[in-house]
Amino acid sequence: MDALNLLMQGFATAATPMNLLFAFIGVLLGTAVGVLPGIGPAMAVALLLPLTYGLEPTSAFIMFAGIYYGGMYGGSTTSILLNTPGESATVITAIEGHKMAKAGRAAQALATAAIGSFVAGTIGTALLVAFAPMVVQFAVSLGPPSYLAIMVLGLIAVTAVLGSSKLRGFSSLGLGMAIGLVGLDPVTGQQRMVFGLPLLADGLDIVVVAVAIFAVGEALWIAAHLRRKPMETIPVGAPWMGKQDWKRSWKPWLRGTALGFPFGALPAGGAEIPTFLSYVTEKRLSKHKEEFGHGAIEGVAGPEAANNASAAGTLTPMLALGLPTNATAAVMLAAFVQYGIQPGPLLFQNEPQLVWALIASLFIGNTLLLLINLPLAPMWAKLLQIPRPYLYAGILFFATLGAYAVNLQAFDLAILLVLGLLGFAMRRYGLPVLPLIIGLILAPRAEGQLRKSLQLSAGDISGLWSEPIAIFVYGIVALILAWPLFAFAWRRFRPAPVAGGPGAPLAGGQAAAIVGPAAATEGSTAAAGQLPSPADTKDAPRQPADGGDSRGDSSGDSTDQNRVQAPPPKARL
Amino acid sequence: MSSQTLKLKGRSELGIAALLGAVGGVVVWDALRLSVPYSHSDPVGPRTVPLIVGGLLLVCAVLLAINVLRGGRGEAEEGEDVDLSHPSDWKTVVPLLAAFLANILLIDTLGWVISGTLLFWGSVWALGSRKYIRDGLISIVMSVATFYGFYLGLGIHLPAGLLAGVL
Repeated sequence: MDALNLLMQGFATAATPMNLLFAFIGVLLGTAVGVLPGIGPAMAVALLLPLTYGLEPTSAFIMFAGIYYGGMYGGSTTSILLNTPGESATVITAIEGHKMAKAGRAAQALATAAIGSFVAGTIGTALLVAFAPMVVQFAVSLGPPSYLAIMVLGLIAVTAVLGSSKLRGFSSLGLGMAIGLVGLDPVTGQQRMVFGLPLLADGLDIVVVAVAIFAVGEALWIAAHLRRKPMETIPVGAPWMGKQDWKRSWKPWLRGTALGFPFGALPAGGAEIPTFLSYVTEKRLSKHKEEFGHGAIEGVAGPEAANNASAAGTLTPMLALGLPTNATAAVMLAAFVQYGIQPGPLLFQNEPQLVWALIASLFIGNTLLLLINLPLAPMWAKLLQIPRPYLYAGILFFATLGAYAVNLQAFDLAILLVLGLLGFAMRRYGLPVLPLIIGLILAPRAEGQLRKSLQLSAGDISGLWSEPIAIFVYGIVALILAWPLFAFAWRRFRPAPVAGGPGAPLAGGQAAAIVGPAAATEGSTAAAGQLPSPADTKDAPRQPADGGDSRGDSSGDSTDQNRVQAPPPKARL
Repeated sequence: MSSQTLKLKGRSELGIAALLGAVGGVVVWDALRLSVPYSHSDPVGPRTVPLIVGGLLLVCAVLLAINVLRGGRGEAEEGEDVDLSHPSDWKTVVPLLAAFLANILLIDTLGWVISGTLLFWGSVWALGSRKYIRDGLISIVMSVATFYGFYLGLGIHLPAGLLAGVL
C-alpha cells in the first residue's frame, strides 16, 4: 500500500536522533502541562510558537504532536487524583476515576487510563493513516465553492454545537473574524482595520493573538480567582492493574476508541460528546452497574480511550482539509501558517515528508507516553505542588517573551495586553474561546475561497452552490442552525415528562445538553435514558449554579432549556 | 448571593454587548470607507466580508443586551485553580497588569534581562509570594537563561539594553 510505504518513510524521518529528542521533549512537556493546573496543550503549543522561527518544521511539529497527545495523558492524572478536571474532555473521567482513587484504587485508575489512552491513541492514529489519504483524494477534486462550504461548516459547527450559549459563541466568532480582518486586503491591497497605524498593516500576528487569548487571558483570569487553599491530592504509588481489571477494561477501551475517533473527525465533534457517550454505554453494558458512581473501572477506561481516539480523529480534518476542530489543532494550524506551509488537501502532496513524519511520530510519542506515564505517575503528581505564584508568573513571563520575540516590538506587547484583557473578559462572561481562534484562522481563508468562487462564476451568486458537495454541506449547516427550531417543535408537540424540574442537578442536565444533538443524529435516543442519575453525579465537578437562566440566550432560550430538562420521551420508558 | 449582586453582575455583562457593538460599528465604518473598484476578477470586493462580520457583531451585541436584560448570564469559566466563590480579586490583577505594563515601557530601553526580571519578580509578588530573595534570584536566572537560550538556540537577539556591553 502506498500509505504504508509513506508511513515507513515517515518513521525513518521521525526516528532520527534529533527528531526522537523532540518527540521526547514534546511528550514530557505535554504530560507536564496536562498535569499542571491552568495550562493545557493549546496554551503550551501557543507559547512554543516562537520556536517556529528557529526550528525545522518537521521537528517542531513532532514536538507539538507530543504535547497534544501528552496533554491527554496528563489531564487524566489530574482528574483522577484531584477531581477538578481542567479540560472538559476529562470531566467524565473524574466522575469514576476520582471515586476509584478515594477508594484506594488510584493505581488501577491511572493504569487503565494510561493503557487505554495508549490503545486508543494507537488505533486512532492507525485509522488516521487509513482515512486521511482517502479524505485527501476526495478533497483534491473539490473546487473553491465546496471549500468555502466546508469552512463555513467548520465555523458554524464549532460555534453552534459546542458550548452552552450559542449567542455567546457567535459573539466570540465575530470577534475572532474581526481580528482576522486586520491588515491588507489580499486582492486589492487596501488597508482594512488598520486605522493608519503602520504596525497594523501586516495584520496581527497569529502568535501574538493566540498567546494573548490562551496564555495571558487565562493567567489573569486564574489570578483573579486563585484558590488560596491548598488542594487535596490523593497520594498514589506506581499504577498497575490486576487480572480482573484487565478483563473489565479491554472492551471499554475498544468501544471508547470506536466512539471517539469519528466524533473527533467531525467538524464539531470534540471530545466531550464521545467521552460522555462512552460513559453511558459502559454503564449500560456493565455487569457491575452498582459500582457506577462509586468508582467503576469501566467508567474510566471507556471515556479515557474515547478522549484519546478523538484526539487522533481531530487530526484527520486538520491535516487532510486544513480544518481545525479544537483549540490545539487550531494553534497547530497557525504554526503551519507561520512556516508559510499552506494547510489543506495539497499538504499531503506538497509536504509528504513532514506529514508522514508527523503521523509516525504520533505512534512513537504514544509509546513514549505509556513508558513515562506508567512508572512515573507519582512523580508527575508531584507537579501539582508547584507554588502557584511561580506557575502563573511563569506563564505571563513566557507569553511576553514569545510575543516579543516575533518582531522584537514593544507594540506587540501592547496588543498582547489588550487581547489578554479581552481573553479575561471572555472567561468572566462565558464567551467561549474556541470560536474566536477558529474564526481568526479560518475566516481569512474562507474569504479567499469566497472571492475565488465568485470570480469563477463571474459574479453570479449561484456560483456558491455550483458543486454538489457544497449543496450537501450547506444542507448540514442549515440543519445545525435549524436544530433549535426542531427541538422546540419536538418539545411543543411531544411534551416530555420533566426530568427533574428546572432546578434539576445540572451535571445530569449538562450531560443531556451535550448528548442532545448526538442522540438526534444517531437515533440513539436510548443513550439519554442512561444519564447518570442525580445521585450519581452529586459530586460531579461542574455544577453551574442555575439552569435556564445562565445558559439561555434570547434566540435559543426555549431550546436550551429543552435540552437541559427533557431527554427524548422514549428514553424515559 | 443576594439578588442585588445578581442584578449588578447581570448588568456588568452589558459591557460585553457594548464592546461587541463598538467593534461591529468600527468594522462596518472601516468597510464603508474602502473603495470598491468594479472588477471582473474580484466581484466580491474587499467590502463584503467585513460587512458580514460587522453585521454579525452588531446583531450579537443587540441580542446579548436583550439576553442580559432578561436575566441571562454567561457562565464564568472554571478550572483547577479557579475558585469562583469569591469575586474577582483586583488586588492581585492590578499589580499584575502594572508589572506587565512596566515591561512594555521598559523593555526597549532597559533590555530584556532587566525588564524580564522585573516582570517575573513583580508577577510573583502580585500573586502573593513574599520570599523576596529567592524570588529575585529565580527571576534573574529566568531572564538571563531565556536571553541566552534565544540567542544561542534560536538565533533571536533579544535587546540587551543597559547591559549591552556586559551580556
